[in-house]
Formats: sequence, C-alpha cells, structure tokens
Amino acid sequence: MLAQTPPDAPAAVPGSPPGAIPGPRELRSVVFRREREAAWRELEDLIAAADKRGLRTLGAEQLARLPHLYRAALSSLSVARSISLDRALTDYLENLVGRAYFVVYGTRQHLRRQLAEFFLWQLPSRVRRARWHILAAAIVMLAAAIAAFQLTSADMDYYYVFAGDMAQGRTPASSTSELRDGLYHLESGSGMLATFAASLFSHNARIGILAFATGFVAGLPTLLLLFYNGLVLGGFAALYHARGLAVDLWAWMLPHGVTELTAVVLCGAAGLQLAQALVFPGARTRMDSLRDHGRAAALIVVGAVIMLFIAGLIEGVFRQTVTSVPIRFAVAGTTAVWWIYYFGFVGRGRDRAEAAGPARGIQPEPRATGELLPQRSGAMEVAR
Amino acid sequence: MRNVASNMAAVAAQRGNEDAKLIREIVTPEGIPLRFSLARAGDRAAAFLLDMVLQIIVLVVISWGLSSAAGGEASWLTAVIVVLAFLLVNFYFAVFEVRWQGATPGKRRIGIRVIDARGGQLETSAVLARNLIRELEVWMPLRFLLAGGLVWPEAPGWARLCAGAWTFVFLFMPVFNKDRLRIGDMIAGTRVVMQPRIVLVPDLADQAAEAPYYARAGAPVAAGHAFSDAQLGIYGIYELQVLEGVLRTRPGDPAQLEVLRTVSEKVRAKIRYEGKVVDDERFLREFYAAQRAHLEQKLLFGQRREDKFSK
Repeated sequence: MLAQTPPDAPAAVPGSPPGAIPGPRELRSVVFRREREAAWRELEDLIAAADKRGLRTLGAEQLARLPHLYRAALSSLSVARSISLDRALTDYLENLVGRAYFVVYGTRQHLRRQLAEFFLWQLPSRVRRARWHILAAAIVMLAAAIAAFQLTSADMDYYYVFAGDMAQGRTPASSTSELRDGLYHLESGSGMLATFAASLFSHNARIGILAFATGFVAGLPTLLLLFYNGLVLGGFAALYHARGLAVDLWAWMLPHGVTELTAVVLCGAAGLQLAQALVFPGARTRMDSLRDHGRAAALIVVGAVIMLFIAGLIEGVFRQTVTSVPIRFAVAGTTAVWWIYYFGFVGRGRDRAEAAGPARGIQPEPRATGELLPQRSGAMEVAR
Repeated sequence: MRNVASNMAAVAAQRGNEDAKLIREIVTPEGIPLRFSLARAGDRAAAFLLDMVLQIIVLVVISWGLSSAAGGEASWLTAVIVVLAFLLVNFYFAVFEVRWQGATPGKRRIGIRVIDARGGQLETSAVLARNLIRELEVWMPLRFLLAGGLVWPEAPGWARLCAGAWTFVFLFMPVFNKDRLRIGDMIAGTRVVMQPRIVLVPDLADQAAEAPYYARAGAPVAAGHAFSDAQLGIYGIYELQVLEGVLRTRPGDPAQLEVLRTVSEKVRAKIRYEGKVVDDERFLREFYAAQRAHLEQKLLFGQRREDKFSK
C-alpha cells in the first residue's frame, strides 16, 4: 500500500513540515545504528576470541550469549538492508553475520568423538557401500597378476618387463639360494629398518592417493596403476614359483601383503567411484554426484593410508625379524581375518539405524532458492 | 578533470559488475540470505604460497631440532623425517581446515576461508576430499616438472609438453569456471570465499561522529547548506554510495581535496546549486546527509531509486 504513494505526495513525518528534510540526527538509520551498535561490537569480540583461541575457551555465559547476539545481528542486517543506505554499515553487518554464522553453525564435535565415529562407523560403512568398485578394482589387479604370471612362467624374459623396476637384485639371473636368502634375510641395524619401513609407507601412500585422485581423469590412470601393480606381483610370483620357492615367497609377502594389497585395492576403488560419479552421474547433476562420491571416497583413502602405515610397520619390522614360515602365515591369516571382520561387520548396527531414519544432530541444510533471492544469478547451488 | 571523474565512475561501475559476478548467497536457517564473495585467484595463490613456506619452515626446524637433539647418532631419525614430510605435505591443509573452520594460517592471513557450497557444516570428509586431490593437481605435475629426470630420464619433448599442459589445466582450473572451483572444490562441494574482518567506521550522516573532520577543516559550522526536494530528487542510491566512497577515501589527505573539489563542482552543476560554497568537503558531507535522508525517507514509502537514470 505504501509503495503506491505518489512520489509528489508530501511525506507525512510527524513533527516536520511538509517538504522539509528531517535533520541527520533523526535519520532512522542513524538512530537504529546507535541503538544496536553495542550488541554488534560484543558479537564481534566474541567471534574474534572464538577464531583466535577456539570456541572452547569462551565462558558458559559467553557461549549462551552467542546465538542470541547472532540472531540480533542477523535481524539488524535484514533491517539495515531495508532502511539504511549507508554502504559501510551494510557491508560491516554482512561481514559480521557471515563470520558469526560459521561460528554458530560450524562443527562442534570433539576430535575424539569424530575419530571414534570415523573408525567405528564411517570407514567400514563407506567401504561396504563401495563393494562393487572394490570388486572391480580387485579383478583388474588379479587379472593383471594372472596374465603376468602365465607369461613370465612361459618366458622368464618377461620378468624384466613386468618387475624390472622393483627387482632390487632379485632377477632370473640370481641363483635359487640367493633368492631364498633374500626372503629370510635379517637386517642388523634397527635404524635401517625404520627408514626402510618409512620410505615404503610414504611411497605406497602417495601412489594410493594418486590412484584416488586420478579417478578425476575418468579413472583410466587408476586402472593403469592397479594393472601395473598386478603385473609386478604376477612377475614376482612366477619367478619364485619356477624355483620351487612358492611357499617361502607367500610367507614372506602375505604378512604385510594382505593389508597392503587391500589398501591398494581400496584406493583404486575410491578412484573408480570418483570416475563413475564424473562420467555417469545418473539422475543427479554431475556436481552433486561428484560431491557425494568424492567425500565418501576420501574417507576410504584416509583409511587406506592408515592401513599402509600398518603394512609398512609389518614389512619393515616384523618381516625382517621373524623368519619362521608358520608364524609368518599365522600373522598373514590373522590380518586377513581382522580386515574381513572390520570391513564386513563393524558399524553394521549404525548402518541399519541410518537406513531406518537419518537421526542426525541439528544440521543446517539451508538452501538457496531462486525466489528468495534479490539477485537471481547469485544463487550458489539452487536446490535441484 | 571532469572527464577523469566520470571515467573513474565508469571504472567503478564496471568493477562493481565484476564483483557482483562473484557474489554467492546462502540462506540461513532463519531464512535470511547472506552474501559471500568468492575469493580471487590471486588471493588463493598467495595463501597457498604462504602455507607452503610455512610447511617448509616447520619441516626444516623440526628436522634440525631432532637431529641436534639426537646428536646425529639416532638411526630412526630419517624414518621420522620421512613420515613427517609425508604427513605434512598431505595433511597440513586438511588438519588446519578441520580445526580452524575452513582456514589455514595462509588463508587466515589473506582473509579467505573454505565453506560448504550449500552453507551447511564443513564436513571433515569434504576437507579431506578437497585436499587429497592436491596430489593430482599440484604435487605430481610439480614433481615431474622439477625432477622429471628422476621419474623418467631423458623424457622426450612431447612428454614434458604434456606435463606442462597438465599442470596448466589443473592449476588454472579456478580461472576457467564461474564458481572459481579447484578440482578439489568440485569433488568436495566446497567454495572458497573472501572473509576479511571489516571494521565499523563512523556514519557520515551522524553529526556527532563526523565532528573531527570539521575541526580539521577549521571552517565555521554555523551556516549549513540547504537543498530543495527537487535538488535531492536527481541522484539515486548508486550515486549516493559512490559519494560515500569518495568521502571515506583517505579523509584529511591533501591530495584528496582536489578530488573533493572536482566532485563538488560536478554535483553543484548537476543539481543547480546556487548558494555559496566555502569548504567543498563540508558541502559534500551535508549534501550526502541530506541526500541520504531524502532517499531513506522514500525507501520507507517503498520507493527505491537505484540511480540517476531510474524514473
């Protein structure tokens, strides 16, 4: 109704003659600012403290004031937008409320609880959900291993093609006893062992992360990495099998290999998940699909990096100090049983609870909807 | 001089347009849209470089500290440093962004932060996803470019060219899309926005707050300038806020006086102001206050006059 007042009509301001401009002191925006400024400054100090030293350092009373002050500032912002033309003021409020928003609605979970949630539910659950990708990654690696095994068994020259880089002096030219010694060799200095384990870990983990990241390039490099890994494995196996060292080789490889190979397959599966989200987004937009699968895959990769660290410890320390074949196999079996249990069963109850109804904490899922916004092009992610 | 002033206005308008393209909105649960401006590529690069320098410093200091503590004897030293370097390179960003609500030391210094694209909580998984991808975006091409000889000795020219193109495509990805997304941001569903600390400056229309400037000018405050409704009906909100910007620029700087004089002459000619003007700054301030009062008054009645061209 007010909007239809003709522009020429005298503005009916109480206490001022028609046509006269109210003095600056009576400007509504000036009075408005004077009344509320103290609360804004208090909020500003609170967020500055929270930013600098963490939310935890705020006292109980301050914590209780925070949402109150935030809502007050938010309402100030919306009033300022409609009555004030002071650019400095609206910019300030926009900035203040934006910063307060992330303090008020930011993650409040304790690190210990986050870690517990990660290990007891998120990681095994995400792995279970990626089972088909894991299967695909495992098949690619196994197929490469079998092919390389067959080829190398038929013609030892292939060994140099498949496992040349990783040979470290273990080639078809070595004698059988040299190869056997390599499997039971004990390092003397513990320092060398630690360095060896550490470099193995960082090398493997980097390759694993890369296998995930290259999923973004439609997953082809991911598949290549898996395939290449399988070739090395097959070539190695063929050499030792040909010399009658099959049992010794597996006893040497499996204690850490179970964990390491599983981790490699998991990284590959994460990369494939990413690739699928990118190439076949399904009914959703590519961005939405990438976002969901990317986050899930990243959790799997972090799990795999931790597994590689464990594998590095086994490889660098255990394997170099224990030579008994039965014990080596016992350890390999134990790790296999553990990972099957962990990824197969941990957190299943939570899975079911989530499926029944997502009962999560208070989580803002504000959506930018087109009609709410004054400038349509500014919508960040219009709910699709 | 007038040409310069109008050119400046044109540049400012264009600049504003450019800025508007970078504005994104999030609607809070309370139903109020908040505006955020996406971070510029230069700011992000600067923050990244700062973080890199910090990582190197941390690594050097810790290595040096450990080796001097161990007396160069401990054999586990290399192992610790290798693992540390790996963790630092791959999890430095992730740990800070989780603990500091989307900021790292470099980002905080520059005044930018990572947010969830939909305005929800910044999940740990999102932070991990956007940072693990750096292996593909930065480290791999960098390693190849800097130490290509180790990865692939005697690489042919085309391989180097490919590596260069790869680096270029991934590193400059944020420049090529409208949301300024790095691949990591696409995968994680995150955005990087500017969030510097803006301080509240005095209101130009509040007489009590602006007193110091008059004192500096040494002009008598007694006789004010008066403007008629017709004179105040010429300009709109856009011009008002440009004037605000001019008045807030370097107050008290002698060089600014020249700008103020030019603007004041331009305004007087436009609104046909007949009265005598002694102090240009004072005239502009009073015009600003009157103009704002006028426009805000109209605003209350639902008439929003955007600029001098609107009806």
